[in-house]
Amino acid sequence: MGTKRHFRVWRGDDSGGDLQDYQVEVNEGEVVLDIIHRLQATDAPDLACRWNCKAGKCGSCSMEINGMPKLGCMTRMSTFEENETVTVTPLRTFPIIRDLVTDVSFNYEKARETPAFAPPAGVAPGDYRMQQVDVERSQEFRKCIECFLCQNTCHVIRDHDENKHAFAGPRYFIRAAELDMHPLDTRTDRREYAQAEQGLGFCNITKCCTEVCPEHIKITDNGIIPMKERVVDRRYDPLVWLGSKIFRRGQVPQTFVTSAKHGDAVHSHVAHGGVHSHAGDSHDPAAEAEAQAGVNWHREVPRPTAPAVDDNGRLPLTELTFDRAAAPSPFGDDVTFPLPPEHLNFAHPEQDKH
Amino acid sequence: MTTTNRIERHHYDVVVIGAGGAGLRAAIEARLAGKKTAIISKSLFGKAHTVMAEGGAAAAMGNVNSRDNWQVHFRDTMRGGKFLNNFRMAELHAKESPQRIWELETYGALFDRTKDGKISQRNFGGHEYPRLAHVGDRTGLELIRTLQQKIVSLQQEDKAELGSYDARIKVFDETTITELLLDGEKVAGAFGYYRESGEFILFEAPAVVLATGGVGRSYKVTSNSWEYTGDGHALALRAGATLINMEFLQFHPTGMVWPPSVKGILVTESVRGDGGVLKNSDGKRFMFDYVPDVFRKQYAETEEEADRWYTDPDNNRRPPELLPRDEVARAINSEVKAGRGTPAGGVYLDIASRRSAEEIRRRLPSMYHQFKELADVDITKEPMEVGPTCHYVMGGVEVDPDSGAAFGSVRGLFAAGEVSGGMHGSNRLGGNSLSDLLVFGKRAGGHAASYTDQLTVRPKVAIGAVEAAVETALAPLQRDTGESPYQLQQDLQVVMGDLVGIIRREGELADALGRLAELRERVAKVSAVGGRRYNPGWHLALDLRNMLVVSECTAKAALERQESRGGHTREDFPAMDPMWRRVNLVCSLNGDAVRLAHKPLPKMRSELIGLFDRAELAKYLTDEELADFDALVSDADAEEAGN
Ligand SMILES: Cc1cc2nc3c(=O)[nH]c(=O)nc-3n(C[C@H](O)[C@H](O)[C@H](O)COP(=O)(O)OP(=O)(O)OC[C@H]3O[C@@H](n4cnc5c(N)ncnc54)[C@H](O)[C@@H]3O)c2cc1C
Ligand code: SF4
Ligand code: SF4
Ligand code: FES
Repeated sequence: MGTKRHFRVWRGDDSGGDLQDYQVEVNEGEVVLDIIHRLQATDAPDLACRWNCKAGKCGSCSMEINGMPKLGCMTRMSTFEENETVTVTPLRTFPIIRDLVTDVSFNYEKARETPAFAPPAGVAPGDYRMQQVDVERSQEFRKCIECFLCQNTCHVIRDHDENKHAFAGPRYFIRAAELDMHPLDTRTDRREYAQAEQGLGFCNITKCCTEVCPEHIKITDNGIIPMKERVVDRRYDPLVWLGSKIFRRGQVPQTFVTSAKHGDAVHSHVAHGGVHSHAGDSHDPAAEAEAQAGVNWHREVPRPTAPAVDDNGRLPLTELTFDRAAAPSPFGDDVTFPLPPEHLNFAHPEQDKH
Repeated sequence: MTTTNRIERHHYDVVVIGAGGAGLRAAIEARLAGKKTAIISKSLFGKAHTVMAEGGAAAAMGNVNSRDNWQVHFRDTMRGGKFLNNFRMAELHAKESPQRIWELETYGALFDRTKDGKISQRNFGGHEYPRLAHVGDRTGLELIRTLQQKIVSLQQEDKAELGSYDARIKVFDETTITELLLDGEKVAGAFGYYRESGEFILFEAPAVVLATGGVGRSYKVTSNSWEYTGDGHALALRAGATLINMEFLQFHPTGMVWPPSVKGILVTESVRGDGGVLKNSDGKRFMFDYVPDVFRKQYAETEEEADRWYTDPDNNRRPPELLPRDEVARAINSEVKAGRGTPAGGVYLDIASRRSAEEIRRRLPSMYHQFKELADVDITKEPMEVGPTCHYVMGGVEVDPDSGAAFGSVRGLFAAGEVSGGMHGSNRLGGNSLSDLLVFGKRAGGHAASYTDQLTVRPKVAIGAVEAAVETALAPLQRDTGESPYQLQQDLQVVMGDLVGIIRREGELADALGRLAELRERVAKVSAVGGRRYNPGWHLALDLRNMLVVSECTAKAALERQESRGGHTREDFPAMDPMWRRVNLVCSLNGDAVRLAHKPLPKMRSELIGLFDRAELAKYLTDEELADFDALVSDADAEEAGN
């Protein structure tokens, strides 16, 4: 027989709402979605929640469970302590419709903007020939069940609604990567498109998206990073400029984004302690130790001061119209060179082999 | 207060209800024919049931075994359906599937490949040669995502040409259709509500394609989601169309039975195709005891021969684990009833002791992943516990095989996919559904488009019908004396699961009909609490009447058909009866009541029936039909001699 557990579920709609407490029966082997269904059948018949397959295949039941973005149908109750309160809230990045249901239309808009597969001319259906090794790279991204947990997690839009316009999000970076790596796609500008139109430059490789992906797609390592590395370009991505293996947070100039929009430090939802800055020591021994060992993707780095832009969102071109001598540094004017090596996020190419 | 003139109205040429494989393919075809097309779906775009299909899509491309062709596929399909299939549908399906699959590649699909770079094909129960195009074990996802992305690409073309993504094809997601509206006998539109806001929406359209999937939600143990409430079946009935073969439901032999939360989730048949075997609690590989006479010739008799087949299929007969799924389901049921089941009431499916851990992980990645995450079971180390699960309904809207147009009195109504009937006869072969969606989705979409061309006047929606639809939809919210929809659904599931389940008896079926009649009265008085915004209780309350009428069709037809065939097993009539093979049971509505009629099956064309051995036909056909066949063969011989 089951035991009674304490659940807190967010109830409300776009006008507001709050967490409500429920005592609900939990049986062996159940998942969070089972408990939501039990609530619907007992205490809360009108509790709104999306689901379809109950098998982690459709990506409908995305929710935040104890603050972590998860699929309700893939979160076993046995992962919680007997007396632990389970708090279930809707995805934070998208507008609330009701209870656990959010308006995810943002994602469908971005999907619609991404240029479709461009089939090779003159190859008849049935004559497509591809090798398994070549399709596998794209197949990894086609595993995506469109749960939008990665979109929900990515700090670029999670706390910055205003970025939604210019940023397509990890789900659509891997869509671009998938087409880029598709053996027969004939468009050659997928990466440049990602950079120019999808806002790839906003991504500072925190890897939070990869961490929450229920399909275990290596969004960053296999999708975003290879694209960033290979954007060859007039466009200016300092992440690439700095060398393909060195990454850092910082303002990434984009032709269509004003720096006023991101004046604050960005916060990854996974707070791994201290603040690491290229301008100085982070004072966090743990973070520093990790930095020494390799890459700490989650270190918080304050944005360097960004130079002001004009009304058109552009940097002033001449010294006369600009508030400082010479051109602004892409790294922020408060950063001095050379950077102390121990403060670089440097990944040795061989480091994973150890 | 709602007045009908405040309802949002849309005008389309073709309205497709359902955004699974069939619906999306139909919509693509209607849009390619230049029609203004709407796609309506109860869930979000790209989440329809089709995403759950794992094994693959059957198409005789002959990439792995070049001896495969449409004739062989046709034969397998007819055999699987126990010759009750609509032969013309089976023929079209076998002939056109390869093109439909290849077409997906031009939309961007990435199937697994053979060594020479073609689409790889895998073995599956009931198919003579490796035939299922697949992508790991997430073929359904690939199919739906590809079609979804094709629709996006059409929308991009429209944007470039006409300035709006929605100019010629628009997706209305999280929208449920509750009623079809007629002008005389002609379809005039569809009425429904946005799940999100609870607001009503009216589509005026001369042609409607139903692609709403199946009915499994009426069963206790099912692999189907909340969407599968038989809406399309019920909409068709109420619009004057007919349903056939409703007694035939497929119970997937290997759904998970333990742990409880994942009860009903399927273990793909490719586990068996890739070497998995079924064992009872004594550790015996029992399937050898259950090979029916009709299949004796094709299946191995010893474990040694069966095991050799995996590497040398040309010189060995296949393992009995790969029998059609109804045979496997029945075998498991018998083992469990004989007391040789697992504690949870299933049997063991063991691949761990037969393949290396690495190979299992590579060939069955999402299976491995699913078991590990959901059940904490490592399928590379321990066997799974599986049992029969309600999975697929063979029955559905009776349609014209070539066009998908619904029979009965209605005009302008088309159906494709699981909601249509006839293609699979009494039992569907694994993998035949995904290709069915594409073949008949395309046909239904195309014919719906040309139907609108030949109409001279556009049918009109009657205001009275809209008012009635509004009233019906709001009724559960306005009552507060009735029962909870969840309770009613549970009661319905118990009746269907226990009395109209995998093994059926006359007494139980009659009892079921009595209980369904009681339920009908209770459902008529159901009440839902809360408001109109995203209220699942209200939505379920509206779905219940559909589930109920479809369940009545199933129970009635199951009681009527006094034989066992495919997805219909009568304990009191355990054998197949050739006389019953000639009959389809057709359901229609007479007022509120379900009416059942016998209708003869169309006669197979001579060049098609000539594809079979006489010995095989003898197991299915009546003496009279066999005499016809003999005459045919001797005519052909005579002709040959004459030449
Ligand atoms: C677990 C599982 C595994 C399977 N594996 C395979 C396999 O390996 N190979 C194979 O060939 N087949 C397989 N099948 C069967 C196959 O997936 C289905 O038969 C097929 O996907 C049905 O597709 P469809 O287009 O008819 O409907 P669906 O994909 O189910 O779509 C139905 C659509 O109709 C919409 N809808 C329903 N009612 C309404 C309404 N009232 N108003 C508006 N919209 C509505 C739904 O929202 C949905 O969008 C499997 C099925 C399951 C459940
Ligand atoms: S790596 Fe971080 S910043 Fe980049 S897309 Fe993923 S979550 Fe967003
Ligand atoms: S990439 Fe992963 S997390 Fe993102 S939508 Fe797809 S499945 Fe979900
Ligand atoms: S319900 Fe489909 S992923 Fe959870």
